[in-house]
Amino acid sequence: MSTAPAPDPGPVLRRARAADLEAVTRLDDVATGMAKPDYWRDIFARYVRRRRAGRHFLVAEAGAEIIGFVVGEVRAWEFGSPPCGWVFAVNVAPGWREAGIGGRLFHEIGDRFRDEGVETVRTMVSRADTLNLAFFRAQGLTSGPYIELECRLEER
Amino acid sequence: MWLQKSSLFALYAVLELAREPDRRLATADIARTYDISAHHLAKVMRTLVRAGLIESVRGAGGGYRFAGNIARVTLFDVIELFQPLEPEVDPSLRHAVGATMIGGALQAVNAEINELSLATLRSITLKSLLKHAPKIDTPMAG
Repeated sequence: MSTAPAPDPGPVLRRARAADLEAVTRLDDVATGMAKPDYWRDIFARYVRRRRAGRHFLVAEAGAEIIGFVVGEVRAWEFGSPPCGWVFAVNVAPGWREAGIGGRLFHEIGDRFRDEGVETVRTMVSRADTLNLAFFRAQGLTSGPYIELECRLEER
Repeated sequence: MWLQKSSLFALYAVLELAREPDRRLATADIARTYDISAHHLAKVMRTLVRAGLIESVRGAGGGYRFAGNIARVTLFDVIELFQPLEPEVDPSLRHAVGATMIGGALQAVNAEINELSLATLRSITLKSLLKHAPKIDTPMAG
């Protein structure tokens, strides 16, 4: 009697490692059109090499290829905001989009935030960035009780 | 942004059809469920057909069915068929709004509010709205 092959579990989610730096930098470059190697070296130094409670950097891996990532941290008491999970980067390789990878990454980091005792997850996205806005809407995020404000410094 | 009656009726119809894409519904069914004018809704349905969001099915069991891409069509795509989505200033006052310092500042506030509204409408697909809608089922014939 032959045994049916086990179904492919799909990409694996795991903590980012130092060796993922180049792949993550490249993924971000493809998505944003702007290479930021210094920024990602700094993020890896703070979120991967010096691991601290409340900081999470997860990647999705298919075979040996990094096909997505999400980064976030628990932030607290900014203008009275109780501790909440902040997601400040999420990305999936173009060829892997609409396969649920981004949703799995977001769900996983949300679980880790919840394990640390926070009840809310928050992010900030450009209102021109319809791709990421639609992604976060699809995850159930709506406008929150805080408003982002800014001005050009010379206009103060 | 003020949601006009036709836009609201269109959203009712498109979302009701999109939540079960294989189902066919008559205008009267949708009008009854949402307690709205069937006559007005019929006009709205014709616009939605022309836009390719729904299609008319003839014969027994006919009616309308969803014809768009539920994961791509946004609330903005539906509403813009029925009303202009631009900053709202009373047309009779438009000549004055940009001509003074205070008028210009108020116009900037209005544009800011409008940009937020448009970004919100562009970011919500029919699929997202239906997925996160409160689970209050409406009895629907069809």
